[in-house]
Amino acid sequence: MKRFHLPILIVLLSAIGLGVFAYKVSALGMPLQPDATAETWQVEARVRFQATGEATTVQLRIPHRLPNFSILDEGFVSRGYGLNTITQTEDRLAQWTTRQPRGEQVLYYRATLYRDGNDRSEADYPGPVAVPDWAEPFRSAAEALIDDVRGRSSDIQSFASVLVNDLANAAPASNAAVFIESTDNRTRRAETLIELLATARIPARQVTALRLVDGRRDIEPQTWLEVHNTRRWVPIDPESGEIEYPADVVVWSHGDAPLLEITHGENAEVRFAVARGVQDALATIQRFGDTLDSRFLDFSTLNLPLGTQNTYRVLLMVPLGAMIIVFLRNVIGVQTFGTFMPVLIALSFRETQLLAGIILFTLIVSLGLVVRFYLEHLRLLLVPRLAAVVSVVIMLMLGISILSHQLGFERALALSLFPMVILAMTIERMSVVWEEHGPADAITQGIGSLVVAAAAYGLMANRQLEHLLFVFPELLLVLLAVTLLLGRYTGYRLTELFRFGRIQDAMRRTD
Amino acid sequence: MRAWLPRFVRPKLLKEQGIVGMNTRNARYISVWNRRRFYPRVDDKLQTKQLALDAGLSVPDLYGVVRTLRQIRDVRQQLRNYEDGFVIKPAHGAGGDGILVIDGWRGDRPRRAGGRAMELSEVDDHIANVLSGMYSLGGQPDAAMIEQRVRFSSIFDEVSHQGVPDIRTVVYRGYPVMAMMRLPTHDSDGKANLHQGAVGTGIDLGSGRTIGGVRYNRPCREHPDSEKSIVGLQIPGWDQLMELAASCYELSELGYLGVDVVIDADRGPLILELNARPGLAIQIANGEGLNHRILAVDAHMVSRDIEPAAERARWSAEVFARPEATRPTEPDTETTRAAESA
Repeated sequence: MKRFHLPILIVLLSAIGLGVFAYKVSALGMPLQPDATAETWQVEARVRFQATGEATTVQLRIPHRLPNFSILDEGFVSRGYGLNTITQTEDRLAQWTTRQPRGEQVLYYRATLYRDGNDRSEADYPGPVAVPDWAEPFRSAAEALIDDVRGRSSDIQSFASVLVNDLANAAPASNAAVFIESTDNRTRRAETLIELLATARIPARQVTALRLVDGRRDIEPQTWLEVHNTRRWVPIDPESGEIEYPADVVVWSHGDAPLLEITHGENAEVRFAVARGVQDALATIQRFGDTLDSRFLDFSTLNLPLGTQNTYRVLLMVPLGAMIIVFLRNVIGVQTFGTFMPVLIALSFRETQLLAGIILFTLIVSLGLVVRFYLEHLRLLLVPRLAAVVSVVIMLMLGISILSHQLGFERALALSLFPMVILAMTIERMSVVWEEHGPADAITQGIGSLVVAAAAYGLMANRQLEHLLFVFPELLLVLLAVTLLLGRYTGYRLTELFRFGRIQDAMRRTD
Repeated sequence: MRAWLPRFVRPKLLKEQGIVGMNTRNARYISVWNRRRFYPRVDDKLQTKQLALDAGLSVPDLYGVVRTLRQIRDVRQQLRNYEDGFVIKPAHGAGGDGILVIDGWRGDRPRRAGGRAMELSEVDDHIANVLSGMYSLGGQPDAAMIEQRVRFSSIFDEVSHQGVPDIRTVVYRGYPVMAMMRLPTHDSDGKANLHQGAVGTGIDLGSGRTIGGVRYNRPCREHPDSEKSIVGLQIPGWDQLMELAASCYELSELGYLGVDVVIDADRGPLILELNARPGLAIQIANGEGLNHRILAVDAHMVSRDIEPAAERARWSAEVFARPEATRPTEPDTETTRAAESA
C-alpha cells in the first residue's frame, strides 16, 4: 500500500484537476485563449402605437427560458411607463402601463443572447390531448391520413415529421390536400398540424421564433411547431418537416397567444432588429454563469474584486515558477543562490522586462558586492552588516532610478519592485561563497540564479499560461502532481552526466 | 579529447559503474537511513565531540568554547598559551566554512596556516563573525570552538601544501564503504576542497594505501606542487582508523555518514567532524561508484544483527580491498596516455 500511495495521489490530483478543467472548457465553454471572443446577439423588440389618450396597458411576450440560448443581459426603454414583468410557465410578459399617453408611443425591449447549446427542452409529458371535433368530410379524411402516416412512422417524432412532409407535398385530391391550401403561411400550417396531431392524441404547440441575421432591422417572427415525444418538446419546421432548430433560430415565445396586446392603442406593431456582437469571451462566460442555476462559477477567481484578481494573476504563477526551480535543480542540476530567490527575481522581471531586468539585477548585485567587500573591512557584526547592505541596496536602486529617469530609460523605474531584502541576502550569500570558495563558484552560482530566473520569467510572463492558471486554477492540482512526481526522481542530474563524464578516463583504471 | 570540452556520458554507463547521483543519494540513502532527530549530533560539532569523548573515541582536544561577544576578551588572554597554534571553527559550520587555522606565533602575532601573520584583533573579528552566525546554516547565532591544532603526520608533508590532509570515509549502515584522502595544493590555498584544486586520492580499504586520484576531474598520480607520487602511500594506523570510522555509526545513529579523520603525529587518527550529507566526489577520487559497495552491505545485512564496530571494519577491509590498485608503477600508464591522446 505504501508503495502505491504516491502514484495514487498523483493520479487522483491530476484526475481532479483535469476533470474540472475539461468540464469548464466543454460544458461551460470557458475560453482557452486569453484573447478569445464570444459571439453574442443583440435582439431588440420595438413596440409602436398611436395612443388614444386613455390609460393604456401594453403587454409584450418576452423570452424566459430559451432552447440553445441564454439571456446575458436585458433592458427596457419606456419613458413615462410603469413596468412590470410577469413570469408564466414558458414565457414572460412585459407589462407597461401609463395613465395619459399622447401621440406616437415607442417602447423597447433589448436582450443580449449568447448561444450556449443547451437545449433546455426537457419537459413533463402533458398527457394525451383531446381529439378535436371534426366535421365531415374532414373527420374521415383526418382518420385516413392519420392511419396512413402511422403506418409509415415509428414513433411520435417521425410521425410528426412524416405528417408535415405529407402536407407540404400534398398531391391534389389526396387526404392531405383536404387540409391545406398552397397559399397557407407557416402559422396556418402549424395550426392545422396541431389539430391533426391532436387527432392522433399527440400534444403539440406553436412557437414564435426569430431568425438571427446580422444587421436586419425588421425581422419577421416565424412560427415553428413543437411536438412532445413524452420526454421533451421536439421542434419541427412546419414547412419542410426538418427536426430541431438551426443554429441561427432563437425561440421568442410559446403558444398561439399574440405577441403584443394593447388596450387603448391604435396601429400597434412590434418589430424585431438583430445585431451581432463580439465580446470578450471571459466576460461573456461570466455573465452566462450568472444565468445558470449552478453555483459553480460563483466560486471562480473571476468573481473576486478586480484588485484581488490582479494579485492572484501573479500569485497563481508562483507554483509554476517553483516547479521550474524543482526541475532545473533536481533534473538539470543548476546551482542557485537560495532555493526560491530566482522566482522572486522572475516576478520582478515581469515589470522590468527581461533584458532590462537582467542588466539591473547584475548592476545592483555587483555594486552591492563592492560595498559589501568594503563593509567587510569595517568588521561589522552580521545583522548590522545585513541592514547596512539593505540600506545601500535601496540607495543604489534610488540612484539608478533617478539617473535612468533623467536619461529617459523609463523602464528602469520598475526597479523599485525588486525584492530588496532578497537582493541583500543574495549579496551576502554571494560574498561568503566568494571568500570561502573563490570567485569562480560565486559567479557560477550567480549566473545560475540568473538563468533560472530568466527561465522562470519566460514561463511566468507567458500570457497564455497566465490565462490558463487564472481561469482554471484547478490546473494547480496538476502542477502539484507533477511536482510530487519530480520529488521522486532519483535519476542522474544532467550536470552529473557531464561531471562524471569528464572523469571517465579515471574510471577506466578500475575496469 | 580536450579536458575542457564538456563530455557527456550516457546514464546507462554511469549506472553500470555504480555511480550515485545527488538525487539517489538524497532519496535512497539520506532520507531512508538518516533520521532527522539525529542530525544535531553531527551538525553541532560540540555535541559530536562530547558524544565521541563519551564513547572513548579520539578527537582533537577542545581548548575552549566562545558563546558570547564578552567572552572573546577572556579567550584572547589564553590564546598565547597555545604555542603550537590552535583552530577556531564554528560549532554549526557547513562544508568547512569559517575554519581558521593558526599554526604558531610570530612574536605576539598569531601566524595563519600558510605563513601570513595576523593581528589578534582579526582573530577577534573572526570569532565575532562565527558568533553572529555568518557560517552556520540559516544564519543562526553560533558558538565558536577553539581546538587543538592537529600536527599531522610528517609522511604527508611532501604531498600536501600548507593545509591539513584529511581522510573522508563514507560509512553506510555502520560499514565503511569508501575512503579518500584530500590533499591541499597551492591552487586550493591550503584547503582540502576538491572543487578548488585539492587532490583527491582514493584509498584501498584493505591496506590503507592510496590508489592515486583525481585533480580538476582528471586522473592524477603526482602531487602537483611537489611532484611526489601519491600512489601507494601507506596511511599509518589504518585498521584503527577503519574501526574509528565504523564506531561513528553507534555514536550518530546515522546510516549514511561521512567521517572526516586527521592523522595526528602523536595520537594517531582523530575524528575531525561527522557529516550527515557526505558528497559524491569520493567516487571521483576512487574512480569507482558507491552503489555496488552499498548493495554489498545491504546483502550482507540481510538476516544479520548488527555486528560490533571492529567486526564491521574487518568485513569492509576484506570485501572492499583493491590491493592491485595501490602499486606505485602501473603498467598501463602508457595505455592510459594513449587513450587520452587518441
